[in-house]
Amino acid sequence: MDNFEPLIAVFSCHYCSYAAADLAGSSRIQYPPNIRIIKVPCTGRVSVNHILMALEDGSDGVYVAGCLKGTCHFIRGNYKAEKRVQYVKDLLSEINIEPERVQMYFMSAAEGTKFANVALEMTEAIKKIGHSPLNKSRS
Amino acid sequence: MSFRESLESGKFLVTAEVGPGKGTDVEHLLKAADIIKDRVDAINVTDLQSSVMRLGSMAFSHLLTDMGIDPIFQMTGRDRNRLALQSDLLSAWVLGIRNVLALTGDHPTMGDHPHAKPVFDLDSVSLLEMIGKLNSGYDMAGNELKGAPEFLPGAVVNPGADNEAALDLQIMKMEKKIEAGAKFFQTQAVYDIDLFEKFIRRVEGFKVPIIGGVILLKSAGMARFMNKNVAGVFVPIPLIKEMTDTKDKVKKSVEIAARIVKRLKNLCQGVHIMALGWEKMIPAVLDQAGI
Amino acid sequence: MIVGERKPMEELLGMIEDFERILVLGCKGCVTVCCAGGPKEVKTLSTLIRMDRKQKGRKVITIEASTELQCEPESIRPILEKMANQYDVVLSMACGAGVQTVAKLFPDKLVLPALNTNFTGIAEEHGVWTEACLACGDCVLGRTAGICPVTLCAKGLLNGPCGGASEGKCEVSKDQPCAWQEIYHALKRLNRLHYLKQKPQVKDWPVHPGRVVREDLREVETT
Ligand code: SF4
Ligand code: SF4
Repeated sequence: MDNFEPLIAVFSCHYCSYAAADLAGSSRIQYPPNIRIIKVPCTGRVSVNHILMALEDGSDGVYVAGCLKGTCHFIRGNYKAEKRVQYVKDLLSEINIEPERVQMYFMSAAEGTKFANVALEMTEAIKKIGHSPLNKSRS
Repeated sequence: MSFRESLESGKFLVTAEVGPGKGTDVEHLLKAADIIKDRVDAINVTDLQSSVMRLGSMAFSHLLTDMGIDPIFQMTGRDRNRLALQSDLLSAWVLGIRNVLALTGDHPTMGDHPHAKPVFDLDSVSLLEMIGKLNSGYDMAGNELKGAPEFLPGAVVNPGADNEAALDLQIMKMEKKIEAGAKFFQTQAVYDIDLFEKFIRRVEGFKVPIIGGVILLKSAGMARFMNKNVAGVFVPIPLIKEMTDTKDKVKKSVEIAARIVKRLKNLCQGVHIMALGWEKMIPAVLDQAGI
Repeated sequence: MIVGERKPMEELLGMIEDFERILVLGCKGCVTVCCAGGPKEVKTLSTLIRMDRKQKGRKVITIEASTELQCEPESIRPILEKMANQYDVVLSMACGAGVQTVAKLFPDKLVLPALNTNFTGIAEEHGVWTEACLACGDCVLGRTAGICPVTLCAKGLLNGPCGGASEGKCEVSKDQPCAWQEIYHALKRLNRLHYLKQKPQVKDWPVHPGRVVREDLREVETT
């Protein structure tokens, strides 16, 4: 358990968190290598099924990183994403999987440090929860 | 004198109301009825009031006939379909019941069996039409009866409807009830006499006797509760204050009720006093009102 | 449209407990529109089923498919016939009528309902549906300004309101407008208040199950 390195999928919005990741990179702010970024045009594009597929295909955790509230390029995309994340949490509870494996975050393109902190926070959280019950075999 | 005779005589009518309880104990109700029997023209018996499961209206109405009291058998469309309603009416007739008050009835969700299936096969209007049909010797399907009843059908109206739409609708429905055979109306409790007067002016042309409702106010709390929860009942603030300020609630209650009865005497054809357990106060109310 | 909701997962997982090859069959009609049983929801449910089995270390094969209209035999026959030997059970995400159509056409396959069918209704907004029609078989909407008293009045009254409304709300719920007051306002707007004065109505209830026959459309000679 000590050397468990979780695999975490991040649905990252082109306009904010993806740019924030870039900024973190160019500013040489370190963040854990556990995250795999999937760029989306808007977090409003992330569906319930996308999140479930990420989990089914081996992610120990998934989070959606959208723009700060009120600043979505498509006006309501991040609010929609937030509600879908909640819906997925409810679905997971129904099949006895920890809902905390899925989270929603908000950040701006200028927040490279926040991007790194969120990645760290999520990695630590998933380490605590442990392996996804769907891929106990992977080490 | 039977209730029908009193009604036809044109005298000022007094009716009261008893609500059978949950269970077979009827002693206190019979006692209450006995106290008021010489002061009223008829006593209504409620039909599972507020959708709470209780002893039935037909049985208790029958007990009243045994005491020489003319009951007004309340019947709602809530719990029985047209077969049961017609059959119960025939049964009521052979048990000596002569007056029926036709109501739609509260929804089951208001009572203690909220998930019971609501029936409402007939509503107050179609119930009245059906009573007319039975009186004429036929059932709803047009089959001839061997022996027909001769019920005196009545209905209710809520004069305190709280907006124009509701009041217009109440009055339209009242007209339908009259066309369907209602021979008298009893109203929801009246506290705001001016409002009631306006209502009376709108409906007096219908020429059907109206018996104004009076509920004995037992406390300020009860008044506030009714204002909040009972559709069409509004106790004006000064009346609530009178109840808060008094030391003798019973005395005050009787005094207020008598005052209302007195004013109703000039506005409509009778009063329907709902004492809710305080039946022994009814004679005092009538005395003070000069009836 | 017919509105339904997915059954709780616990109940669904219990129903499919004995089976390993499951056809999750959506419908592209009403239940797609109300987001309960269309292709998207088929994918979601199938994924959840696989995730559940994986956790439990039990095998499962889910086949995902959706019919155009599951209440229409022609729409389901090709799909189900083609795959007949690939599944042991059909988990239908259609309304009750869709589920029964599958059961009738494929009497040798067990069909399970994935939805609870709630009512025939309309979308108030995206994500909120309300009941609108009880299919009473004798529509009165023409007299009630398009507002159904059979469905929207808690007592289904036809001859005007009971006296129970307060502040325009129905006696059964403060969240529900009194249907009759709504009808009143709508008729007034349309200058048709006199419709309220019509002869009293008694509803003649249809005998269930209902059946509609159009001889001109039938292919069987009936004479
Ligand atoms: S009256 Fe109401 S329930 Fe009957 S068919 Fe019309 S909309 Fe449907
Ligand atoms: S309050 Fe209105 S909607 Fe509710 S039962 Fe009475 S008439 Fe029907």
